Amino acid sequence: MTTIVTDNCDGCRFTDCVTVCPVACFHGDEKMLYIDNDVCIQCSACIPLCPVHAIYADDDIPEDQRHWIEVNAERSRALPAIGDKQESLPGAEERKAALGF
Amino acid sequence: MHAPGSEDNPLQVAVVGSGPSGFYAAEALLKCGRTVDVDLIERLPAPFGLVRYGVAPDHPKLKEAILTYEIIARLPRFALLGNVTVGRDVTVDELRAHYHAVVFTCGAEADRRLGVPGEDLPGSHTATEFVAWYNGHPEYRDRHFDLSAEVVAVVGQGNVAADVCRILAKSADELRGTDIAEHALDALAASRVREIHVIGRRGPAQAKFTNKELKELGELANCAAQVDPGALELNAESRAELEAKANFVSAKNVEILRDFASRARGGKPRRLVFHFLKSPAKLTGAGRLQELVMVRNRLEGAPFEQVARETGQIESLACGLLFRSIGYSGVAVAGVPFDAKRGVIPTRDGRIVDAAGAPIPRLYAAGWIKRGPTGIIGTNRADSVASIKSLLADLPALPQDSRMGSKGVAPLLEARGVRPVSYSDWSAIDAEEVARGRPKGKPREKFTRVEQMLACFERVDQPAL
Repeated sequence: MTTIVTDNCDGCRFTDCVTVCPVACFHGDEKMLYIDNDVCIQCSACIPLCPVHAIYADDDIPEDQRHWIEVNAERSRALPAIGDKQESLPGAEERKAALGF
Repeated sequence: MHAPGSEDNPLQVAVVGSGPSGFYAAEALLKCGRTVDVDLIERLPAPFGLVRYGVAPDHPKLKEAILTYEIIARLPRFALLGNVTVGRDVTVDELRAHYHAVVFTCGAEADRRLGVPGEDLPGSHTATEFVAWYNGHPEYRDRHFDLSAEVVAVVGQGNVAADVCRILAKSADELRGTDIAEHALDALAASRVREIHVIGRRGPAQAKFTNKELKELGELANCAAQVDPGALELNAESRAELEAKANFVSAKNVEILRDFASRARGGKPRRLVFHFLKSPAKLTGAGRLQELVMVRNRLEGAPFEQVARETGQIESLACGLLFRSIGYSGVAVAGVPFDAKRGVIPTRDGRIVDAAGAPIPRLYAAGWIKRGPTGIIGTNRADSVASIKSLLADLPALPQDSRMGSKGVAPLLEARGVRPVSYSDWSAIDAEEVARGRPKGKPREKFTRVEQMLACFERVDQPAL
C-alpha cells in the first residue's frame, strides 16, 4: 500500500495534510511535501484535506503521476519531517485557482 | 522558585483519556520546550482508546498508530495512570488540587439514538457495542448478538458502519489471523448472516464513507456488494455537488458505487446491499426485532446544503439484527460542564467554559469530547495541539506554586484500593497478549477481563519463590 504526494503540491505546499497525519510521516523541501511510506499507516486522512487533491493512494494514483512513488520514497528519506502547518508558498492560491479548485 | 514549566517547578498536567487525543495532547506538552510532567489517566489497564478498541481487527496497518504513541510514552516525564476512573477513583477537584491543569480527552462513548419506536427491542444494538465487543473491550465482552439472524440492517453510512458491515461479511477464516477477540471469532464462526443492508438517509453523493473503506466493501471474498442502479440516479443538486472539483471524495464514492451496481452477483454466499434516501421509521417484532420499517426520503436544498425530507412512502425490511451507527455522543464527567444536546464538553479554543461561556480556569478539552465525533485518528492531532496551545498561553495565569502531580494522587488511590497501571505494567500485559496470540498465528490475543490484565504484572511484582 502506498500513499504519495504528486504534481499539484509543487508550488502550493498548503501543508493542511500534516495537521492530520497521525504518525508525522510528511517530509518537505522548499517546493513540496513527500510521504515516507515506511512510517505512513495508510489511514488516508490527508487525502480529502489537500486543497488541490495532490495526494493519492494505491490504484487511484493516476498513470502520469506514478513516477512520484519513487520520488516520495527518496525525498522523504533525505528531508526533515514537517509536523506543523506552515505558510503556503507565495502564489499558492493562484495556482490552486489555475488548477480548478 | 520559578514559574510552572521550569526545572524546579515542573508544570503538572493530568490528561484524562489515553486514546489518540490524549497521546497527542501529551506529546504537545512534552515537546513544548518547558519542563512538563504529564500523567495520562486511563480507566482501563490498557491504553490507546479507539485505536485498540475501535479500529477494526482486519485493519492492522491503522493500528500501527500505536507505534507513534509508544514513542510518546517513552518521552521523559510521561507517566500512564491506567485502571483509574476519574469521577470515581479520583475526583476532578482532587486533580485540580494536585495539577496545574487538567485536559479532558475522553472521547465520545455513547451512540446517538434513532429516536424511533422499537429502538430498544432485543436484536437492536449500537454499532459501538458490536465494535467494542469484537475488539475485546472488557466492558463489552459479555454482550450477546444474535448472529443466527440471516438478515442484518446497519443504519448509517460512515466508516464505523463500513467496519461493522465488513466484520459481518467476512468469514471466520478471513478474520482468524487478526487480533479479533476470541469470543467474537467463535460467535462469528457460527454466524448465519447472509444479507447485510446498509442504510443511509441521504443519497450516494452524500455518503460519508472514505473512498478506501467503500472500495474495500466491494473486494470481499465471500460477499457481493450490490446497489440498485436506480438508487444512483442523482438530482441536479447532487450532480452539481459532484462537479465541484474539491468534492473529489464524494465523486469517487459515486464512481465506486456505480461499479458495484454494474457487477453480477457471482457465487458469493453473502451480499451487502446499499440503500440510499431511507430513514428508519420504526422497529417491530414480537418480543424481538423482526422488521425494520423505513420511510423514503428526498433531498431538499441547495448543493452542499441538502437535507433529507421524508416522502411518506414506506418500505419494509424483515431483519433479525440491527446496528445503528449514526454518530456518537460524549458522556458527562462529574464536576465538568457538559452540553447534553451536542454531547460534548463546551469549550472555547480548547478552554472548558461554563453555561455563561466563561472559561473555567485550568480545565481544557481536546478530541471528540471537545468537537464531537468527526474526523479520523489524525484529525485529533491538530485538535490536541490547538488546545495545548491555549493551555500554554494561559501559563502566566495559572497558579505559580508547585503541584505534586501523581505524587499527590498516589496516596488517594492507595487509600481507595486502586492500583494504578504504569506504562511498564502495560508493557507486561502487552507482552503476554502477544505471546498468547503467537500459537494461533494472531498478532495478539487480547485479555478481555480487567483482572486478567492486572494479573500480568501483579505476578511479576511477587518475589520469586
